[in-house]
Amino acid sequence: MPRLPIIKTPKVLVGGAFIRSESGRVFPLRSGAGAAVANIPQCTRKDLRNAVELAAKAGPGWARRTPYNRGQILYRIGEMLESRVAEMTDALCWTRRGSAGRAAAAQEVSQTIDRLVHYAGWADKYEQLLGSVNPVAGPFFNFTVTEPMGVVGLIAPAEAQLLGLVSLIAPAVVSGNTVVALASEQNPYPAIVLGELLATSDVPGGVVNLLTGFQRELVPSFATHAHLRAITAVVGPDHARTLGLGAAESVKRLKVLPAGDVDFGDNAAQGLSWIRALVECKTTWHPIGA
Amino acid sequence: MTRPAETPRARTRGSAAALVFGDLWEYDPAPETADPRLQEQYELFINGRFIAPRGGRYFDSINPATGRRLARIALAGKPDVDAAYRAAARAFPAWSRLPGRDRAKYLFRIARLLQDRAREFAVAETMDGGKPIRESRDFDLPMAAAHFFYHAGWADKLEYIVPGGRARPLGVVGQVIPWNFPLLMLAWKLAPALAMGNCVVLKPAETTSVTCLKFAEILRDAGLPPGVVNFVTGAGGVGAAVIAHPLAAKVAFTGSTEVGKAIMRQLAGTGKRMTLELGGKAANIIFDDAPLDQAVEGIVNGIFFNQGHVCCAGSRLLVQESVAERVIPRLKFRLRHLRVGDPLDKNTDIGAINSKAQLARIRGLVAAGVREGADCYQPACRLPDQGYFIRPTLFTGVTQSHRIAREEIFGPVLSVLTFRTVEEAVEKANNTPYGLSAGVWTDKGSRILKLSTELKAGVVWANTYNKFDPASPFGGYKESGFGREGGRQGLQDYLQIG
Repeated sequence: MPRLPIIKTPKVLVGGAFIRSESGRVFPLRSGAGAAVANIPQCTRKDLRNAVELAAKAGPGWARRTPYNRGQILYRIGEMLESRVAEMTDALCWTRRGSAGRAAAAQEVSQTIDRLVHYAGWADKYEQLLGSVNPVAGPFFNFTVTEPMGVVGLIAPAEAQLLGLVSLIAPAVVSGNTVVALASEQNPYPAIVLGELLATSDVPGGVVNLLTGFQRELVPSFATHAHLRAITAVVGPDHARTLGLGAAESVKRLKVLPAGDVDFGDNAAQGLSWIRALVECKTTWHPIGA
Repeated sequence: MTRPAETPRARTRGSAAALVFGDLWEYDPAPETADPRLQEQYELFINGRFIAPRGGRYFDSINPATGRRLARIALAGKPDVDAAYRAAARAFPAWSRLPGRDRAKYLFRIARLLQDRAREFAVAETMDGGKPIRESRDFDLPMAAAHFFYHAGWADKLEYIVPGGRARPLGVVGQVIPWNFPLLMLAWKLAPALAMGNCVVLKPAETTSVTCLKFAEILRDAGLPPGVVNFVTGAGGVGAAVIAHPLAAKVAFTGSTEVGKAIMRQLAGTGKRMTLELGGKAANIIFDDAPLDQAVEGIVNGIFFNQGHVCCAGSRLLVQESVAERVIPRLKFRLRHLRVGDPLDKNTDIGAINSKAQLARIRGLVAAGVREGADCYQPACRLPDQGYFIRPTLFTGVTQSHRIAREEIFGPVLSVLTFRTVEEAVEKANNTPYGLSAGVWTDKGSRILKLSTELKAGVVWANTYNKFDPASPFGGYKESGFGREGGRQGLQDYLQIG
């Protein structure tokens, strides 16, 4: 007689711990064939606020890590994903059908690993390209360095549930930001698995916080939370407007990528400009003299 | 001319035997007499021509030192703003395709023409805005020319600005600038936009349009192709039309955080690019090992430069408790010798407040400081009988909850707070929604680097203050805005990458 398997309860990674929503609410994830496969936490505004608080606590320590160390940790995430390719492909396939869907999912996992390796390499390099020593007309040593912005809010695309999410997280955390990310509503399961990878990848608790739930419930709170210093969101026009209005309240930096506009599989979806979008430039003037 | 209100004897009585030559002789008036070559009336500058506004309406630009009209300025309406954008859009294909070396040559020409007419422009700037001639002559004008000179050289080097990306101009850029450094802010905005191949519709502040429209003469004399730069004048309504115009590929704004937020709301959901350089409430931090005489000069320069109408003004002085008793008397002594009065006088330190409305706002905040229990100090200097003036003001006993410690005053008002440890200094300095600039005064290099790392501000001045350079990126954190101006970093905001 075949053994009866146990089913894993989906939990999200927040502050280094695996939680269900404080509300106790869940929503069913349905397979492509329509069967209910898991009950996903339906996170709330309060979960978001808690996550932002934990991200803020983790921020200074993460920003103080050496770039070399952050690079190694990003590489480690890639290693962990490589070792769980099958599980992640399965997670992506919950909502995809047929062998074409499975091939596409396997390719997406490979691309995600490559993206992590790409950003791992950036950790100790972008500063030399974004910062500068400035030749001012006076006896001053004048230099510009970048700094992480702080806590960054991310709203992941509906499609490319893994690659899209990681393509937003990696350029944010590589410079020392900490993030609170809302996973795809269509299929949040890859974000659940990603949380398990992150927890075992030397990423300090609170650096990456993943929420699952509904954009219509959470986007307004992302928009107005004053401790989120920047937001990158892949959303439709209505949510874009909500985010824009909310961002105005605390002069938050907002980058909206219209849903469907970005091909995350493309090389244009990675690189220096993605890192630059989430750092501040600081210029210091120091007199030269005795 | 302003005369010292106190007799020399009264002034030195009771203080130590400091040698103060200013007490022994009075200053003679030393007015700058260069001709500002002003017109009675200024028109809009659209498509390379000076044209009357379609609505036929004009408003007065007031000389804040006299309260009297300096010139009549055209009031742009929506059709004028639209005409400006259409002219810019027509000019864009040819301007952006022009070889970079030729765009550079236009900018070099503009820099030279501005240098040629610097004194004339400085006088006009002072009469229109109220700033001391010493500052417009020695700071605003040379710095404005330097911005064109610096950015000119970038025009044929776009491919070096962003590594790994193909850089292209954005199109037509809408720019709205403030009244505190009218010509200099114009230069900060125009020079990088033009060097990168964009065309511009710019609106100066309604109280300071004169040098902008005089500058249009320079653009014309430089032979800049029509439509590449267009100036529309008026108040907030015109600004809103410039910001909202559908042909604007990007908007750049310098001004108050309040208006910056309104712009963000206005553009919410449009996906339009923005850079905002907004308000500040900078901390100027004095440690006990700082060279105090230099620091006091830095504090004075930090807050009284340009009547305190400076977004990065060092308006919160944080003094280490152990030296507060030495710093504050020196500051008061220094305040007594600041000369407030006729902006055109070459000896004037503090000129006229830019407008009646701004004077009322500053007075309101000073009154709030007194009401909330801080100790107010103003030297007893006599103010001119006419125009908009206020004495330099120092508040001691300020707490972090006082309005004068939280709100941007944008006037010659300094709030003094104290601290004991480095950590407390950082915490107090960062305890503001703003994050534009900060100052640190200490003899210890490692402490400077620690503070410059921990202060949440876009510019940190160590043992100096209010230094600017076109090669040095400037801009804020948090509610002081986003984007940088100056240096390679500032150019990236006028380019499309990819």
